Amino acid sequence: MAITSIKNLKEFSTNNDRFEGAHTLCPGCAHSMIVRELMNCTDDNLVISANTGCLEVSTAVYPFTSWDTSWIHIGFENAATSVTAAEVMHKVRKKKGTLKDGDAPVKFVAFGGDGSTFDIGFQWLSGAMERGHDFTYICLDNENYANTGGQRSSATPIGATTSTSVAGTHSYGKKEKKKDIVSIMAAHGSPYVAQLAPNKWKMMAKGFQKALETEGPCFINTVSPCCTEWKFDPKDTINITDLAVDSLMFPMYEIIDGHELNILYRPKNILKVEDYLGAQGRYKHLFKPEYKHIIEKIQSDIDEDWARLQRREEARV
Amino acid sequence: MSVEQQDLKLKASENRGKSQLEAGFDLLGWDEVTQGSVLPSFDGDASNVAHQKAEEREYSDYNSYTATVASWRVQKPVFNIDVCIDCQNCWVWCPDSSILSRDKQMLGIDYDHCKGCEVCVEVCPTNPKSLLMFNEYTDLGDALASWPEKKKKEKK
Ligand SMILES: Cc1ncc(C[n+]2csc(CCOP(=O)(O)OP(=O)(O)O)c2C)c(N)n1
Ligand code: SF4
Ligand code: SF4
Ligand code: SF4
Ligand SMILES: [Mg+2]
Repeated sequence: MAITSIKNLKEFSTNNDRFEGAHTLCPGCAHSMIVRELMNCTDDNLVISANTGCLEVSTAVYPFTSWDTSWIHIGFENAATSVTAAEVMHKVRKKKGTLKDGDAPVKFVAFGGDGSTFDIGFQWLSGAMERGHDFTYICLDNENYANTGGQRSSATPIGATTSTSVAGTHSYGKKEKKKDIVSIMAAHGSPYVAQLAPNKWKMMAKGFQKALETEGPCFINTVSPCCTEWKFDPKDTINITDLAVDSLMFPMYEIIDGHELNILYRPKNILKVEDYLGAQGRYKHLFKPEYKHIIEKIQSDIDEDWARLQRREEARV
Repeated sequence: MSVEQQDLKLKASENRGKSQLEAGFDLLGWDEVTQGSVLPSFDGDASNVAHQKAEEREYSDYNSYTATVASWRVQKPVFNIDVCIDCQNCWVWCPDSSILSRDKQMLGIDYDHCKGCEVCVEVCPTNPKSLLMFNEYTDLGDALASWPEKKKKEKK
């Protein structure tokens, strides 16, 4: 495949965007930063699917499309199903010689929100991973069902207030821990799984290119700060992402062939999670005296997870 | 640096939005669309778009590139090319594909697609910044004339 140069940002910027403006994502939305970066990582043809969610509704507002590539919209569950069906069709037609240009390189990519990836499309994603198609699945993880008004998903962290885990005098917000989707996907035996963030553009581009180049089903969870539901100023999308990765709320790492774990980013100064939480309205209530213990709990969870990641990196199991 | 240069308009942006404004752009209703309808992103050959710059492409009327979200903005980013170091931070993080970079140089802002989120201003590393927010109605020349001086480092 033809990957594009990511040696430095100047080189990278010579790519011609294939994701167009005048989509209707909120100002400052990270979804489009991530999509643009993926599409700029290769100049191969792309077949992209997106299931229902902010990205899909905002980039296909009839009669417009923001996609300069083949693009399939399908129901909430089926980003993985539809793009892997296209992948099979492409393979068969290539063999039969019925493609217009059988030699043109094509990459198959699915985008899903966390709601569809962690919850509603989970079974279908799992099936596609197990069948071993050659595709890359990218989850745009904004930790809630943003498109329908910010309901909690199994990606929502403890303590966040959402429209279905409302914080108040009797509740500190969501009670359950975030699902470890990266480990679950690695457990499928996937050749390449990673968690990446858009503020570290080069690391993210490297991971995207690895996934696109690797044959077989690859999965990448990307942190996608959502100013509307996380409640921060749109200008701060990248600042919030910095806080997320430097507090290790979102560690960046990859898992190769289900067991070889590599930590991709070690912050020089690990920030207290308070800095990250305090920058967003959805955690504001945690700073009341009665809920302070939740912040401590989040911090101790992060510390444990980070220790576990490092042990897994050493152990290679 | 003249205002004309600042207000750089690429060739492709000249006709933008026209077709939607013209009468006769008939749309099928949502309940009239039949299976197998296709809204192509381009008129003609689309096999080489990865190697074409926006101004070289034949966008169809269905491509959102031909539409505008300029009315979303209350504030606009203004670009000062004299301070810019072409780092491309603004290009990589603009969520609306609105930074016009060509041959490793930042040339200006695509005001048809910019929503005024201010992300580009936040990530601009120069001192003073090469991008600053102004009210939408502020004249570009006035904005540039009021550009702040380099900030001195505060002593700790
Ligand atoms: C089976 C099904 N259930 C519910 C919905 C309604 N629905 C549409 S988008 C959406 C939220 C999407 O959340 P997520 O996948 O996290 O994407 P985001 O909008 O946050 O990017 C929901 C619940 C649907 N379209 N289909
Ligand atoms: S609600 Fe959040 S994810 Fe959806 S478009 Fe707005 S910022 Fe993006
Ligand atoms: S204000 Fe936002 S949309 Fe406009 S150019 Fe800057 S980053 Fe892009
Ligand atoms: S971020 Fe600032 S310095 Fe860098 S290219 Fe953009 S305007 Fe120029
Ligand atoms: Mg979501």
